[in-house]
Amino acid sequence: MRPFPAAAREALGDAQLRANLGNATQTIREKRNRVVAELADWGALREAGAAIKADVLANLDRYLEQFEQAVTDAGGHVHWAADADEANSQVLAIARSHNVTEVVKVKSLTTDEIGLNDALEAGGVHAVETDLAELILQLDGDWSSHILVPAIHLNRTEIRDLFRATIAEQSLGDDPRELAEAARRYLRERFLTARMAVSGANFAVADSGAVCVVESEGNGRMCTTLPPVLVTVVGIEKLVPTFTDLEVFLQLLPRSATGERMNPYTSLWTGVTPGDGPQEFHVILLDAGRTRVLADEVGRQALRCIRCSACLNVCPVYSRTGGHAYGSIYPGPIGAILTPQLYGIERAPTLPFASSLCGACYEVCPVAIDIPSVLLHLRAKTVAAGLAKPSERLAMEGAGWLFGGRRRFALASRLGRLAQRPFVRAGRIVRLPPPLSAWTRTRDLHPLSGESFRDWWEHRR
Amino acid sequence: MRVALFITCIGDTVTAEVGRATVTVLERLGHEVVFPREQTCCGQMHVNSGYRPAADALGERFMRIFEDHETIVSPSSSCVGTLRELHPELHGRLFELSELLVGRLGVTDVGASFPHRVAYHATCHSLRVTNVGEAPLELLRAVRDLELVELAQPRECCGFGGTFAIKNAETSTAMAIDKCAAIVATGASVVTAVDSSCLLQIGGRLSREGAGVRTMHLAEILAETGQP
Repeated sequence: MRPFPAAAREALGDAQLRANLGNATQTIREKRNRVVAELADWGALREAGAAIKADVLANLDRYLEQFEQAVTDAGGHVHWAADADEANSQVLAIARSHNVTEVVKVKSLTTDEIGLNDALEAGGVHAVETDLAELILQLDGDWSSHILVPAIHLNRTEIRDLFRATIAEQSLGDDPRELAEAARRYLRERFLTARMAVSGANFAVADSGAVCVVESEGNGRMCTTLPPVLVTVVGIEKLVPTFTDLEVFLQLLPRSATGERMNPYTSLWTGVTPGDGPQEFHVILLDAGRTRVLADEVGRQALRCIRCSACLNVCPVYSRTGGHAYGSIYPGPIGAILTPQLYGIERAPTLPFASSLCGACYEVCPVAIDIPSVLLHLRAKTVAAGLAKPSERLAMEGAGWLFGGRRRFALASRLGRLAQRPFVRAGRIVRLPPPLSAWTRTRDLHPLSGESFRDWWEHRR
Repeated sequence: MRVALFITCIGDTVTAEVGRATVTVLERLGHEVVFPREQTCCGQMHVNSGYRPAADALGERFMRIFEDHETIVSPSSSCVGTLRELHPELHGRLFELSELLVGRLGVTDVGASFPHRVAYHATCHSLRVTNVGEAPLELLRAVRDLELVELAQPRECCGFGGTFAIKNAETSTAMAIDKCAAIVATGASVVTAVDSSCLLQIGGRLSREGAGVRTMHLAEILAETGQP
């Protein structure tokens, strides 16, 4: 993964991206705040959501086995995938067993995470994305920059041009209705002819084996009801204990995600029902690093995430750099704590530092993930793993030593006042050598005081 | 009341004017200020950079130095927040300045006069960690002739974030630029906050832009009486 600072630098230079992102995140933020303010018990809901997820994580083995039994009893098949390769192989095997060469997909970050589409393609199976934003990205050969609105980095004109080049006529305009209609025509054909669908799941209910998909467009409904074979890939952390628990999450998720009281389509299905819907149903339970996250006492709260993206929309860093800069399917604040844990801190050592620790994410998280605390925890892990630059280590150890005693601290302060003299112009420092040049490139610096506070205090007595 | 002052490493070496103003305000209100001279730093920089053992040592050092002091005040909400998180027993003993004045001493009018238009930047720590609430605003509203103006996007971070300002300098700068634009748009001649660290960032960018707006810590404004 490319270091965040370099990727961010590039993204910040893209004015179109910044404008798109700024507008979109502000709009969603305002919608979210309005509908959250409507609920007098939002705080209690949030605590309930956090508690339910904490219970699931603490008893995951039990709930997973309960879920497996329930799905099997209801006529479905359960597969366990330790990693991405296993999951992809399992999906491919199911497709091959039915001689399927094209599958329709419901938007699923989990399948993006494991690179399912590429794996299917390599196996001779074409995966068609049916969520509008995912379809756009697929046609464009691009990848998601936002958990909820993956094509947020594109505007309507860019989309019109893309459609003209792929699925629509040259006469296509950029009116959103026209663009949606073009996509609808294209997708309707796919839905009616598909013989297998692949979905993810927002929630999987342990006691009944029910699986739940929350969506806005209806493509999920099409995919999960029309094709005869349905495969659902779900991260093991997505479980909830009972059907009643969904009541909490179905209030938390739409309000946090799209700023709606309720999303347009919520689909729930259990196993198979003879003569109605898919006649063959498979659930693939995915680990792919999740048990590694679970093992970390501080970091495991990241697994509570219900993928609402409220943290992205409120993050001053994400809203300026966009998702690609994070180099992962999970960007923004949640990405900064989940990605390094899923893949190992050495694969993403700069992500925990891609934050000013403002805490706005924690404020809006519907399951109360204390993202700033996990960021600090992961920063400590990078240092403990020996991933900090030697010069930084030295500087921090030096500073720690200086702060450890009054006299040495006062001496350092005095030396600093002397050393800064060549750099101070008209009461300001405008230029410093590296690494502080990173500051003075764009900002002036208040010099060290002519007299330290402690010297002033001593002298006034 | 006898109040021990924790000036912070930045407060001691960079922004000594804030410490002097803090003493002025407290003494004007009739309190005795003491300065435990062994003090240095709360360890926030080490916590934030992932150097936990060093940070813990500095936290312990703070606890030892201030052991005998019942009431401690600091003009830095971020340092107060950091220390109270590391040592929760400090709640009720360690206060950020506006918390002490309004919450503990029950004072909003400290006898200050400052006839200027002032914008208040609510720092992230004071909003979400130290939770100072309305205290700074109540104090500013009681300053004679001060015209207090609201910032657009008031809860948005200024981009300092400690080493973030260096490690992710471009993103930090982009945030500072937006914060400064919001400040300049109010027509304020002064921007204030309860954290010198944020004011270094904001002041540094305002200065680079030649915006003609200066930064003053809340303590400095409260110290102003209009008398020479």
